Amino acid sequence: MGSNLIDALFVFMLAAFIGFEVIRHVSPLLHTPLMSLTNALDAIAVVGAIVLVGEKKSTFATVLGVIAIVAATSNVVGGFLITDRMLKMFKTSRPVKK
Amino acid sequence: MTEFAASQTAIEVIYLIASALFILSLKWMSSPTTARHGIWAGEIGMVLAIAGTLLHHGIVDYKWIVIALVLGSGIGVPLGMVQMTAVPQRTALSHAFGALCVTLVGTAEFYLRTPNVPKFMMSVLSMEVILGGLTFTGSLMAAGKLQEILPQRPITYKGQNLVNLLLFLVAVGSAVYLVLHPEAKQFFPLIVGVSLIFGVLLVIPIGGADMPTVISLLNSYAGLSAAAMGFVLNNKLLIIAGALDGSSGLILSVIMSKAMNRSFTNVLFGAFGQVQPAAAGGAEAKPVRSATPEEAAAILAAANKVVIVPGYGMAVAQAQHKVRELYDVLTKKGVEVRFAIHPVAGRMPGHMNVLLAEADIPYDRLIEMDEINGDFPQTDVALVIGANDVTNPAARTDQSSPIFGMPILDVDKAHTVMVIKRGMSPGFAGIDNPLYYFDRTLMLFGDAKQFVGAIVRELGGGH
Repeated sequence: MGSNLIDALFVFMLAAFIGFEVIRHVSPLLHTPLMSLTNALDAIAVVGAIVLVGEKKSTFATVLGVIAIVAATSNVVGGFLITDRMLKMFKTSRPVKK
Repeated sequence: MTEFAASQTAIEVIYLIASALFILSLKWMSSPTTARHGIWAGEIGMVLAIAGTLLHHGIVDYKWIVIALVLGSGIGVPLGMVQMTAVPQRTALSHAFGALCVTLVGTAEFYLRTPNVPKFMMSVLSMEVILGGLTFTGSLMAAGKLQEILPQRPITYKGQNLVNLLLFLVAVGSAVYLVLHPEAKQFFPLIVGVSLIFGVLLVIPIGGADMPTVISLLNSYAGLSAAAMGFVLNNKLLIIAGALDGSSGLILSVIMSKAMNRSFTNVLFGAFGQVQPAAAGGAEAKPVRSATPEEAAAILAAANKVVIVPGYGMAVAQAQHKVRELYDVLTKKGVEVRFAIHPVAGRMPGHMNVLLAEADIPYDRLIEMDEINGDFPQTDVALVIGANDVTNPAARTDQSSPIFGMPILDVDKAHTVMVIKRGMSPGFAGIDNPLYYFDRTLMLFGDAKQFVGAIVRELGGGH
């Protein structure tokens, strides 16, 4: 338990730093699609809900889990869909080179 | 190795790959040329992770999982197909859904585990439901305001900050008590309930112009609550995705606050509208110069360099396609047309870029504030469409102005400024804009879409 916790904190710390570094370099042009993409990725919380529903430990947990899966899945599908639609619209007037 | 351990290891490896794909996904978002690879990486990671999770040894029944996945996808498709002008409220709504998922799972986990919840577990579980709960209702409120189901004006009352602070303390206090006395499970509904109410109260004093900051902040909270859920479930993929989302939202909120010259606490506890009740009343009739579409068209046609400054008003009037026609006809005449994008123009970070890109305006014509501000003195015409406060020179000069110090687009330095506006009513923040009374400013009164359309016809373009 103790070492799991420390491991998890290390993972969180490193991921937060990676997040800051990677996202600092995202062009302001793409801030809206960035937000819808992170939103879709964040919906990975669905995996927790899936296990909760599948384990069938109590009716209460299953009901909450089903609602949770529905909410998160709609974020996954909707989030990727709209991010893709947005990015398809970004076109340049110049031929590829800068 | 037992079958149980083997499937666990397989899942962990799949999660590892998915984590790498998620990071790559965000990395590729840094440029429009690679951004779509980012989506594919994210999608592959997501499918892998979900498929991997279905291998979980504890899962005994798939029926409800499948039903819920199908139902969620069914809801997700229309949410992914909304109009681009509705993207801010869609985003707020999806923050709410994400937070709902986290809160529900946290609640279920609590009741499955109580009273044997170790202290650390209870702390992160509380954090998960507090952040999740307030993000859920806060985002719903934000979505309602953006969709204009709820009033956009800030709703403020005396002692608001005190009430909010007290509620927050109640939530945190109950959480601390529960950590120390895990058997007192009656405190758990209190934590969730207070967080839900806190989310509502947190967002009602916030007005439309502050939405970019608030949406970013809620984005960050949604991420952090998912990361907390990762700690509860000991799921590293969830911790990573939550940390990435949390840091992304935090960076965006910092950028947005800076662009409004305001601190976080000011956005959360300041309620912009109440700062300057006097300004709304002071509408004495100062002389302005106005112009017809014909005159505006003649000036634009004679210009060499034009900078268009779009704001939320352009989105409201759905004028972006007409603006594109204007861009086309002027470009054809050899006029250099660029767009100046203020970081907080619109209702969420990057909102204007998406609307203009949708109208097929090439993204290399969309220039950030810091890059274009130096060019205004060499600009013949600055055409402001539906933007107000982000062009207000009082932010540079008038210390008594509530927006003093906010970085603005220096449109007043252009040779001619043209402002398309419905009337002389002050902007969202209720602050008068001295730009409108300058000698070289021409007011073009009318609906943005119709007015731009009239200019385009005058210039012989359009369809």
